[in-house]
Amino acid sequence: MEALVASAVGIMTAAGIFLILRRRTFPVILGLSLLTYAVNVFLFATGRLALNAPAVLNKYEDVPYTDPLPQALVLTAIVISFGMTAVIVMISLSAYLSSRDDHIDMTAQDSVDAPGEDA
Amino acid sequence: MSLFLIAALPFLGAVFPALLIRAGRNAAASAAGLTTFLALMGLLIHIPSVMRGDVVSARFDWIPILGLNANFMLDGLGFLFALLILGIGLLIILYARFYLSREDPMGQFYTYLLLFQGAMVGIVLSDNVLLLLIFWELTSLSSFLLIGYWKHLPEGRQGARMALAVTGSGGLAMIAGMLILGNIVGSYDLSVILQNKELIQSSPHYLPALILILLGCFTKSAQFPFHFWLPHAMAAPTPVSAYLHSATMVKAGLFLMARMWPVLAGTDAWFYIVATTGLVTMLIGACIALFKDDLKALLAFSTVSHLGLVTMLLGFGTKFAAVAAVFHIINHATFKAALFMTAGIVDHETGTRDIKRLGGLRKLMPITFTIGTIAALSMAGLPPLNGFLSKEMMLEETVHTTWLNSPYLVPGLALLAALFSAAYSFRFVSHVFLGPQRSDYPAHPHDPPVGLWLAPAFLVVLVVLIGLYSAAIVGPLVTVVSSAVIGGEKLPYYSLKLWHGFTPALYMSVVATLGGLFLLALHRRGEQLWNALPRPEAKAIFDNVIGAFTVFSRWVTDGLHNGVISRYAIILIAFTLGLGYYAYSTGSLGAATREALPAPLIPFIGWICLVGATLAIMWFHRNRLLSLVLIGVVGLIVSMAFNYLSAPDLALTQISVEVVTMILLLLSLNFLPTDTPWDSSATRRWRDAAISVVAGLGTGALIYALMLRDFAFPTISEFHLANSYKGGGGTNVVNVILVDFRGFDTFGEIIVLGIAALIIFALTESVLGTNVRSYLLNRKPHWPQSGDSHPLMMVVVTRMMMPIALMVGAYIFFRGHNQPGGGFIAGLIVAIAYLMQYMASGYTWAIERQRFYYHGTIGWGVLIAAATGLGAWFNERPFLTSDFGYLHWPPLEEFEWATAMLFDTGVFLAVLGAVMLALDSLSRFAWQPGMAQEFPMDINPLRDNPPEEEQEKEQA
Repeated sequence: MEALVASAVGIMTAAGIFLILRRRTFPVILGLSLLTYAVNVFLFATGRLALNAPAVLNKYEDVPYTDPLPQALVLTAIVISFGMTAVIVMISLSAYLSSRDDHIDMTAQDSVDAPGEDA
Repeated sequence: MSLFLIAALPFLGAVFPALLIRAGRNAAASAAGLTTFLALMGLLIHIPSVMRGDVVSARFDWIPILGLNANFMLDGLGFLFALLILGIGLLIILYARFYLSREDPMGQFYTYLLLFQGAMVGIVLSDNVLLLLIFWELTSLSSFLLIGYWKHLPEGRQGARMALAVTGSGGLAMIAGMLILGNIVGSYDLSVILQNKELIQSSPHYLPALILILLGCFTKSAQFPFHFWLPHAMAAPTPVSAYLHSATMVKAGLFLMARMWPVLAGTDAWFYIVATTGLVTMLIGACIALFKDDLKALLAFSTVSHLGLVTMLLGFGTKFAAVAAVFHIINHATFKAALFMTAGIVDHETGTRDIKRLGGLRKLMPITFTIGTIAALSMAGLPPLNGFLSKEMMLEETVHTTWLNSPYLVPGLALLAALFSAAYSFRFVSHVFLGPQRSDYPAHPHDPPVGLWLAPAFLVVLVVLIGLYSAAIVGPLVTVVSSAVIGGEKLPYYSLKLWHGFTPALYMSVVATLGGLFLLALHRRGEQLWNALPRPEAKAIFDNVIGAFTVFSRWVTDGLHNGVISRYAIILIAFTLGLGYYAYSTGSLGAATREALPAPLIPFIGWICLVGATLAIMWFHRNRLLSLVLIGVVGLIVSMAFNYLSAPDLALTQISVEVVTMILLLLSLNFLPTDTPWDSSATRRWRDAAISVVAGLGTGALIYALMLRDFAFPTISEFHLANSYKGGGGTNVVNVILVDFRGFDTFGEIIVLGIAALIIFALTESVLGTNVRSYLLNRKPHWPQSGDSHPLMMVVVTRMMMPIALMVGAYIFFRGHNQPGGGFIAGLIVAIAYLMQYMASGYTWAIERQRFYYHGTIGWGVLIAAATGLGAWFNERPFLTSDFGYLHWPPLEEFEWATAMLFDTGVFLAVLGAVMLALDSLSRFAWQPGMAQEFPMDINPLRDNPPEEEQEKEQA
């Protein structure tokens, strides 16, 4: 089981990073999503894997529980990463609509056009 | 009045002028004046105890771990400066009311002025050096606002920048110096530091600390070679110059030197650095002042010179010199503020400050003439005015000073400076007021209204009275302040009186006065000579230095940030990989201690789906729609994996986030190109692939190694499991962690989520305000549109689903504390319930039926969560401590309530609002005119009357 999870994390990380290194906005967003999955599963797995041991207390018998802390952290991470994905999507959408260009890199011309400071 | 209140009043009062300016300029000025008056009264109440020599103090532990405490103390020195700051502040507020014109935003002016006043009062009352540093920086910032008050003038902006750059960097040096000092003593409390003279002066760090602190003082008090910012700061309105640059801010450096005098003074290093700097500054300032034609520039350099005088006196390190310094601070504040105000009046009434264009104003402006002349003669040091007294004391002291074995150097140079000082003072009087009346003034000069001359007149009365009855009026004050400066030791003999007999100082005074008159007579010749001399232009040098820094930082920034984002990413990833490799190669990996779990067939199938989908994304990522579908597969498998691996909460969250993310990405793809073209070279792709594979291998290997080993240290999770039910009242430990144990994190996270949604909203607003809207309206869709945009089946089904979905949301929410669920998941589910309506019935239809704004939902969520947390305070518990209990309402089963539930409601609302606001904003891009339909479907099941066509048929 551990091998499956670890290899999945590795493959998702590799794919995410490869896509993040592309030069258009949409692949970068996809890459970030993949990397988010990888990181979330990674964090979750730091609590070690357990089967049929959810961290819901059982009043009637003494049963093992999995580590709840990484789960709580990952839960908020999932929601926050949604917010961040949404922001990035909106930024790239606005940039594309304003310039009809979805390259993420600044061209040399862009740096020249950057507003200067006042006298 | 408590010292806290005195220090806080100006800050509190700063709000009022800005608000009251709508009620008129008088209201704003009165509010500022009243605030200052109250603070002044609060200060004066302490006169009896201060005059007894007591130290009034107020203490409050702010951040004791850092040694930063809000401790205030009021001794003689602090009292004198606070008196100057508040007293002259009151006069300036009166003067500025009449000085500023109708076009100037007066509310802002008084707000800045009060902020500055508060910062100054804070400096002089602080009993903690860290607190003092905070106020010190605040004066730099607020004076920046004041100097640049006339934003439309380039000189104002440049002067403000220069002042901030010089005093700000000095302040940074001082922070370092104070930290060293605090380190030597082991306390940041001034009163403790001041007790440790031997410890400090014997420390090897004494010299660096001294130099760093003096850098702060010298830059603030415009000492050579940092004096150049002060004349450029004269671009400020005159009330600012009179306040900041005569009475208060430039004296902050002097104050600090006086404050630190007991522990820093008395060494050779102190004498040679401080006294020499003061002497040079005094001489250079006086010399330049004589040849300045701008009235305010003349006064600015004269201020530089007089600050040098006081610095020199403090530098001498003798007790008598300290008394003279204190006395001169009082005198200089009175006559110089009056002179600045006079210059302002002349400028205001004649329309120019150029001495070359003035002269003969004596008859036209008799009141101004009287005020200006008395103040100027005091500055020249003529009896019986107060300037004479302190100058005499200064000269007397220089006679007893030897500098590098030369007994004549210091008195000689001081005499020369006094001579120049007399000369420019006489020039101020004679070239402005005396001489023939002219016919070419830019305006018709006459005396100003009483509001303008009242403040300087009051100061001039003080000038005369202190001169005549010095012992009676300021004698006790000087005694108290001087003993505070020299650290409570016995004062030397001194007497404040006009006639001391035929002393060397008297002869020097006579020489200075006569020499000054002589120089004035020769002024025209001297000016030619002066103008012929090459002089370094401070502003040009400053601009060059700043320019060089700008070029350097631009070079560094452009070199590192060339705008190629993938490059940044590569640097980050390569660096992280390097760190990982370093850790791996230097550390050791223990043997596996955990047994791997079995991997049955079904998880293996899931793994194949996930890996297959991921690889397919890589392969097909240029087809954007397809890669979205594939990434959805990955998300679903990840949520199933969470569920399989005992994390039901995560599974629920992941699957609902998956739905909204997919909707979001699909919506955005609507507006983006459908394909990604090939635009990186094969080499580059191989390079990226190599980096990714290495990163993937590293991450996978790391987590694999981690999962097969037990925790190296006991985890804190045991505590959470043990206390979840006892302390938090819930059996779902993950939820209890979220809303109770780590509630503060969650609170921060919902705020972040809310901010993200607001950013999305703001972006949408700003983009839709540009020509993007017209592009969107004329845009052709990528794909053929469906003939029926709101299919009947879907509309009916989603409306039927709505209450069910809401009920599921409620169910998930309420069971959250004890079973998988909770506010996060419930918020997402309810958001999906709403989104279904958007999708099925259309944006316009849904928005018309919307009864609440999503902004408000986010806001209420955060507020409810905060209020729940604050509620704990009323029970004297820390923020966000939760409480719970059990209720039994027949016929229901006994159930549990917890304040955490209320907190979770806040989480629920914030998540709901944020998700909806984000998607709602995105939907607005798709808006087209004519989309609004009363009924989204062809047939409205609710409608009583049949459609028109059927009616027509019936009629036919």
